Amino acid sequence: MTTTAFLQYCLAGISIGGIYALIAIGYTMVYGILRLINFAHGDIFMMAAYFMIFAMVDFMIPWYISASIVIISTILLGLLIEKLAYSPLRSSPRMSIMISAIGVSFLLQNLATYLFSALPKQYPAIPVLNKTLTFGEVSTSVVTFITPIITIGALIILMAIIKKTKIGMAMRAVSKDFQTAKLMGIEINTVISVTFIIGCFLAALGSMLYFTPRPSVFPLAGSLPGLKCFVAAVFGGIGSIPGAVLGGFLIGLCETFIKAAGYSEFSDVFTFILLIAVLMFRPTGLFGETLAEKV
Amino acid sequence: MLEIKDLHVHYGGIHALRGISLSVEYGKIISLIGANGAGKSTTLKAIMGLVPKTSGSVFYDGKDISANNTKDIVKGGLILTPEGRRVFPDLTVDENIALGAYTRKDKAEIARDRKWVFELFPRLEERKWQAAGTLSGGEQQMLAVARSLMGRPKLLMMDEPSLGLAPLIVKNIFSIIKEINKAGVNVLLIEQNAKAALEISDYGYVMETGVITISGTGKDLLVNDQIRKAYLGE
Repeated sequence: MTTTAFLQYCLAGISIGGIYALIAIGYTMVYGILRLINFAHGDIFMMAAYFMIFAMVDFMIPWYISASIVIISTILLGLLIEKLAYSPLRSSPRMSIMISAIGVSFLLQNLATYLFSALPKQYPAIPVLNKTLTFGEVSTSVVTFITPIITIGALIILMAIIKKTKIGMAMRAVSKDFQTAKLMGIEINTVISVTFIIGCFLAALGSMLYFTPRPSVFPLAGSLPGLKCFVAAVFGGIGSIPGAVLGGFLIGLCETFIKAAGYSEFSDVFTFILLIAVLMFRPTGLFGETLAEKV
Repeated sequence: MLEIKDLHVHYGGIHALRGISLSVEYGKIISLIGANGAGKSTTLKAIMGLVPKTSGSVFYDGKDISANNTKDIVKGGLILTPEGRRVFPDLTVDENIALGAYTRKDKAEIARDRKWVFELFPRLEERKWQAAGTLSGGEQQMLAVARSLMGRPKLLMMDEPSLGLAPLIVKNIFSIIKEINKAGVNVLLIEQNAKAALEISDYGYVMETGVITISGTGKDLLVNDQIRKAYLGE
């Protein structure tokens, strides 16, 4: 492998890794607050892609306005799912809400098939993002280049919100102890809504960055990336935001190099071998907390 | 100021509270004593809206708050220091204290109250950057009380503040409760340590398996034969 090719793959890997990281944050944050693995998260990401097609192709709205429409409608979709499918199960056993999440995932996939047909639809081109950048011998598109920058930027802002703001402090409190957080006068539902808003915002962002360099969207397009991002979150230690980001980058890089080495068909297999290995040898992930059972 | 009338609660299939009535008057320390599982904590949780009430009503400051949510109850100055301290272990001492004032918006007053609780508990000020989980049990209890005080309670309800603490620290906690009461905060105290609780109380209630069996002034209860046998180990 030449240096140029190596750098090229690095950039591609970091880029797809950044997208995985954005989605993985959504998994890990919802888990941190609700102890729920939101299996519908990958499908929310897929729906965001259809929202983009809707806005740009069907209504011919310019991309920058479409982008905000996509972000807003994805957030609304996430909040709606929370209110209808998760919130009524707040005091049920955790398994019920998990099963509800799987149900929502299937519902969204089938709803998309029903509304938009199973045939792949072309994702609209965003001209600014498709331009080619050249650094010496390495050439890449704008979207590949800015994705990791956006990811790191989002991570820094998010950590600042969680560490410095009042709602961030409330989120940390709720994630530790629901009942005592209530006794502080914290409105649990507000905290949960904010968590979903952040998760869906990042999923919408990730969706635009993911689908721009890809030809088409189809109803199951969110399921594999969704699972990979879930693995990224587990690898980083579910509940930990920096862990999820690290996991996303790692999976993106490994996948790209496995493809580069000529084992394309194994690139997805790798992710799930990683999942099994993590669960076997370090189930709490990289930065996960070991819960000491009180006797 | 707090009046509970015929409160019933079913908890996981058990009829945990079977018609509790009690009242807390202005300026007083009232204690609720009884054995483990008598329903003391459930009473407080029901008042705070943390567990659903089957029937009965809770009047606070003359208003019926039975159907209010926890946030509004806290905002109204009715605050519970939960059993087992329940500080947020990953948050710093200072953050825990800030969370106590979560519903308040009056920044200048919050800063003043923060100074006041640090005067009350100088140990906490020394450790304000430490994660609350690294404090000793006694310090955590102080933090839990300080956190509650940050909500400007009119009525502070304390669930087993002496639980698991060394005798010297228990003494300290009880003298602080007295001090808080002198500062104008009404106190409803739940204790298994009946003697210590009754000694500082103006009035006491004894609870047994979901009902209140005896009530009277702190002094009367301390000399009551039944109570001496059952709770004071004499």
